[in-house]
Amino acid sequence: MASRSQNSMEINQAKLSQDMLIRRLGNFGLFLSPIISYFFLWAPIVVLIVFSFNDAASVSVWRGFTTKWYQNIFAAGSGEASFVTEKLLEALGNSLIVSLTASAIATTIGTMLAISIHRGNFPGRRIIDGLLYVPVVIPEITQGVSLAIFFKILFEFIQGITGQRITPGFATIIIAHVAFNISYVVIVVRARLATMNTNYEEAARDLGANNIQTFWRITFPLLLPGIMAGGLLALTLSLDDFVVTFFTKGVGDDTLPIFVYGMLKQRVSPEINAISSLMILASTVLIGFSLILQQRGSGDN
Amino acid sequence: MNRKDYKGFWLGFPGIFWLLIFFSLPLLFVLFASFMSRGTGGAPTLPFTLEHYTRTLTVFGPVVWRSVVIALLTTLTCLILGYPMAFFISTRKSSRLRLLLLFLILLPFWTNFLVRTYALKSILGPEGILNSLLLNLSFIQQPLNLLFTQFAVILGLVYGFLPFMVLPVYAAVERLDFRFVEAANDLGANDWHSFWRVIFPLTLPGVIAGSMLVFIPSIGSFVTPDLLGGTKGLMIGNLVARQFGGRGNIGLGSAVSMVMIVLVLIGVVIYLRFGQEEAAGRG
Repeated sequence: MASRSQNSMEINQAKLSQDMLIRRLGNFGLFLSPIISYFFLWAPIVVLIVFSFNDAASVSVWRGFTTKWYQNIFAAGSGEASFVTEKLLEALGNSLIVSLTASAIATTIGTMLAISIHRGNFPGRRIIDGLLYVPVVIPEITQGVSLAIFFKILFEFIQGITGQRITPGFATIIIAHVAFNISYVVIVVRARLATMNTNYEEAARDLGANNIQTFWRITFPLLLPGIMAGGLLALTLSLDDFVVTFFTKGVGDDTLPIFVYGMLKQRVSPEINAISSLMILASTVLIGFSLILQQRGSGDN
Repeated sequence: MNRKDYKGFWLGFPGIFWLLIFFSLPLLFVLFASFMSRGTGGAPTLPFTLEHYTRTLTVFGPVVWRSVVIALLTTLTCLILGYPMAFFISTRKSSRLRLLLLFLILLPFWTNFLVRTYALKSILGPEGILNSLLLNLSFIQQPLNLLFTQFAVILGLVYGFLPFMVLPVYAAVERLDFRFVEAANDLGANDWHSFWRVIFPLTLPGVIAGSMLVFIPSIGSFVTPDLLGGTKGLMIGNLVARQFGGRGNIGLGSAVSMVMIVLVLIGVVIYLRFGQEEAAGRG
């Protein structure tokens, strides 16, 4: 009996030390893997920012510190900036026009659609609800080429009837961006609607407010964090979009991603490092802002 | 209240109209074009035919297959990198630290996709910083051919879509009731067993959701293989773009698009079937 229990104690001891080894290895892996992943995520960006201060037009050989690429960008419009910089800033301007317009339209009609689906009562409502997820999963390339065919046929049709020749341009890009943004806005705003308390609205109605007053004084302010989050998402997606823009744009009107793509296909100009670094800075501010909004939004649930 | 009285229909009308005209209708055009013969200048024409589909699956079969393999390897790599990362973040005690760690994942993600691909390309190039580092440390004698390979494409896709894996897994681990793990440990399970028998099965919906969120955009990607893949890393998206370009065949491009949509829908079905608990828990 005694030897038996001693045996099992030895086995327990062995198992215990084995388990401790597993735990140490596990903890080590758990600590190591995020380090690798964060390094992987950040190294390219850090390299980009560091080399935006490089005196040579290279991303591998360091030739000394300079701010000339930044100066070049900020000198734009004064006639001192290079041709590439002027083009680059023009593309940035185009990007801002397109994405601000598209996200404003998408946020407005997307919010309307979200309220309509959440609170409305009409046939086909559930089907529409399901179909809203389709643009989210359909590959961008398919959306891009399908819109390209669509606009081509539409414009040929209009030309056949009226003789008026229409070419793609900002309008087609904006229409396309709104089309892929609506679903995202609806999803975000609906999430907010689902957690929203309707007591305030009922109270407002009991106190004699009509539908319009109730909406603008109660529903809209309560919904605002959701609308803002949806709008920011739409803005980012629109600013970031390359593929759909590529297939719906006209000749000449390049957005920033289109311009960057053109550079990557031909010759890279060192200003791109500087402008990319500035864009990273801008998105840092934007995401910080949206996180604060979301925090505030979830705080009162 | 239950009466169908078109309440709220007109409020939703602009959005529904926009999606029907500028999303659904163009997609129907592509569906039609995929069954039509090749006309002058690559434009689709009658009669109806299945030739584009047979060509997609025979001539382009290897590219379709390669795209599936690349998307699956991307998903697997994201899982291997992302799961421990999500687990690490969601088990931190300080909520501020958790938020900061998530912020550090999202920030590169919110940087323009082309800019990030450019950054990666400049690192991987023959004169890039990675090769010059390895050369200087004498690990290699010749610069490695990293760019324009399938490896570069997978790396680019992982770089782009890793947050899609981390976030759902993070949510799943955060919801995990760690009393189950304690119970398993009390009953004599070591960390290995409690992970594979308790933690992993309970976070599986998050894993499936994350995997599909990576797989779906990977299979449809165009920019990454275009810039990092060269001819060796060509994917379905590049075939589609090529057919819609100058001397392309729109019918063929449409058929390739449809095959791509089917592959995506397989991912969606898996997501809806097995990743759903995730969405239900979140809702």
